[in-house]
Amino acid sequence: MTGVPVVDEKPEPKGNAPLGGDNASTARLGDRLFGGAATASGVIVIAMVTLIATFLIVQAVPALLDNQENFLTSRAWNPGGDQPGFGILEFLWTTVVAGAIAMLIAVPFGVAVALFLTQYAPVWMRGPAAALVDLLAAVPSIVYGLWGLITFAPFFRPIQGWIESTFGWFPLLAQTGITGGTILFIAVVLSIMVVPIVTALSREIFAQTPLAHKEGALALGATHWEMIRTTVLPFGRPGVISASMLALGRALGETIAVTFLVSSLPNGAAWTWSLFNGGETFASKIANNAAEFSNPSRTGAYIAAALVLFVLTFVVNSIARIVIERRKAFSE
Amino acid sequence: MSATRTTVRSAFGVLALSGALLLSSCASENNTPGGSADNASQAGSTGNTGNTGNTDCFSGNLKAEGSSAQKNAIDEAISVFQTKCADATIDYNPSGSGSGIKQFIAKQVDFAGSDSALKTVAVDGLVEADDAAKACGSPAWNLPMVTGPIAVAYNVAGVDKLVLNAEVTAQIFDGRITTWNDPAIAKLNAGVKLPATPIKVYFRSDDSGTTENFTKYLKSAAPDAWSYETGKKWTGKGEGKEKSAGVATAVKGQDGGITYVELSYARQNRLQMAQIDTGSGPVVLNAESVGKTVATAKPTGSGNDLALKIDYATQESGAYPIILVTYEVVCSTYADPAQGAKVKAFLTTFASDAVQGQLEELGYAPLPTAVASKVQTAVKAIS
Repeated sequence: MTGVPVVDEKPEPKGNAPLGGDNASTARLGDRLFGGAATASGVIVIAMVTLIATFLIVQAVPALLDNQENFLTSRAWNPGGDQPGFGILEFLWTTVVAGAIAMLIAVPFGVAVALFLTQYAPVWMRGPAAALVDLLAAVPSIVYGLWGLITFAPFFRPIQGWIESTFGWFPLLAQTGITGGTILFIAVVLSIMVVPIVTALSREIFAQTPLAHKEGALALGATHWEMIRTTVLPFGRPGVISASMLALGRALGETIAVTFLVSSLPNGAAWTWSLFNGGETFASKIANNAAEFSNPSRTGAYIAAALVLFVLTFVVNSIARIVIERRKAFSE
Repeated sequence: MSATRTTVRSAFGVLALSGALLLSSCASENNTPGGSADNASQAGSTGNTGNTGNTDCFSGNLKAEGSSAQKNAIDEAISVFQTKCADATIDYNPSGSGSGIKQFIAKQVDFAGSDSALKTVAVDGLVEADDAAKACGSPAWNLPMVTGPIAVAYNVAGVDKLVLNAEVTAQIFDGRITTWNDPAIAKLNAGVKLPATPIKVYFRSDDSGTTENFTKYLKSAAPDAWSYETGKKWTGKGEGKEKSAGVATAVKGQDGGITYVELSYARQNRLQMAQIDTGSGPVVLNAESVGKTVATAKPTGSGNDLALKIDYATQESGAYPIILVTYEVVCSTYADPAQGAKVKAFLTTFASDAVQGQLEELGYAPLPTAVASKVQTAVKAIS
C-alpha cells in the first residue's frame, strides 16, 4: 500500500468508497529502484566475500601443494625457494591467545563502562562521555602502535618483570628473555583498542532496556545493582555478545599496531607456553613481509596464512551468531 | 532473518580481509616519513655550491622504486636536481629492493634501487639479470651509488667504547655469549669495566638487505662461529623487531641491548657503536674506513656493469668491513631514447661529487674516488 497517503484510505464523509491504491504499488518505479538496490547490495557483498575467498584459495593452493612441512602443525616458516616449508601453528597460537586475552580484559571493562554511561552517570554527562569513548574508536591504529612502543612499553616492562619473577613457576607466565612485545603486552594494547567497540554497542542496547522491566524490578525491592543484574544485563546479553565478537574480529585482524609492537622469534626458537614469549600474528607476519613478495610461490605461502585468518574470523563470527540465537530464546 | 545473518557475517569477513589486502600499501607508507624536509633544507644551504656536473635538465617524470636503505640519499640527489631543473619531477618509492626489481622488470619504473646487484643465478626459478635484460632489450647494469655502513649498535650502561671482532660478534648474535662481562668480550676490551648485564639481541623481523649483508659479513669473516645460511631473513637468535626504526628503538630502550642497523638510525637514536677489530686493530665506523672497504671490493660485472663483491673478511688496516652497497639498476640502452636521457641526467647528478659529498651527513658514506669515477663513466654510457 505504499505510495498511498493514509488520509486517502479514510472513508469519505459522504459514504463514498474510500480512495484505494491502484493495487499495483509494488511495481512502481520507486519500489523497484529501492528493492533492486537493496538486493544488489546484498548480492554484491556476498559475491565479494566469495570472490575474495576464491582469490585466496587460488593463490594459496599451488604454494600449499609444494609445501614440504605440515601447514597446520609446523612452526617453521621458509616460504619460497626450492624446498618451501611453512606452517602456521605459531601465528595461530599468538593470534588466538592475544585475541582471547584482549577479550578477557576488554569485555568486562567495556561492559562496565557501558553500564556506567547508561545506568549510573548523571544524565548531563552521558552524551559527552559517550562521545569521548566513541572518539577512542576513531584513533588510527598506528597511533596505538606508536603510543604502545614509546609510552606504554617502558611502563609495562617492570610489571612484566615482576610477574615473571613472582609467578614464573606457572608455565603460562614463565620467564622467556623477550623484553618488549610479548603476547601479553600485545593483548593489553589490543584490549584498549577494542574497548570502545564493546562499549559503544553495549551502551546502545543497555539504553533500550524497557523501562517497565527496570521499574518492575525496583518495585519488587531490588537495589540498583540487582535491578541491573536482573533486567539490563539479561536484556543486553545478545548485544554484548555481538559487540564482543566484532571486537574480537578487530583484535584478530589488527595489523599495524601489532606489527609495530610485536617481538618476532628467530627460526627454531624453542616452544614455550609462556605469554611472555614473542611471536607474530597472521596480520603482522604478512604486513612485515609484504615488501618481499617477489614470486608466486612465496606470495602464496603468505596468502595461505591470510586464508587461515579468514576462516578463523568466519568461525568466530559463526559461533557468535549461534550463541546469540540460543540466548534470544531465553531473553524474549 | 537468515539472509540478514549471512550478510552481517560476510561483512565481518570483508572487513578482516580488506585489512589483509591493504598491507602492502601500509608497509610502504611506513618507510615514507624519512625527513625529506630536512634533506631539502640541507640541499638549499649547501647542495648548490658544489660541482654537480653539467646537468641536462628535462621536463616531465622519472619514476624509480626500490631499496629503502638509499631513500635519504636519493632524496638528497632529487632535491639537488630539482633545484636546478624545476620542471623535472622524480619519484622514488622506497618499497624494498625486491619490489623495485620486480617493478623494473615489469617496466613500471625507469630504474630500480637495490641493496644487492641483480642475481645472475636462478632464485626460485628466476634469473633477475636475464629478466631485466629481456625487459630492457639490452643488458641491465648495476651501478653502485651509495654505501650504507651497518653499525653494530649497543646500549650498555657505563660502556662508552666497545671493541668486537667477527668471532665474538657472531657468538653474541648466535646467543652463545649471553652476558656483557663474558671473558671473550673482556679480552677485546682490556681496561673497560663491563657489567654482568644479560645481552639482548634484536634482529630485523622483516626480510632485509641489512640482514643479508650483516650475515654475509659474519659468514665470511667468522665462518667457524657463524654456521647459518646468509640471506635476507635472520637465521640467528634474539628478538625480532620491525624495520630499522624498530630495532634501533628497542636497543635504545633496553639496557644490554645490541643490534645491527644502518648508521643513520644508530646516530638518530644516539646509540653507541662498536668498533670492529678486523685483525689489524679496532676500526671506528666513519666515511674513510668505509671507503677503504669499498675500494677493496672486486667488480663481478663486465664493462660498465659495476656489481661489486665486497670482501667482508678484509684485514686491510683501517677498513670497516660491515657495509651495504646499494645500486641503481638501469638499462644500458633504453628502448625510448628520451627515457634514457632522463635517467642519465638524474644519475649524473647523483654520482656527482657534490651530491656524494653530502651523503656523509645523512649517515651514508660517499663512494671512494676510484669507484665514483667508474660510475660516472658508466652513467655517461647510458643511452
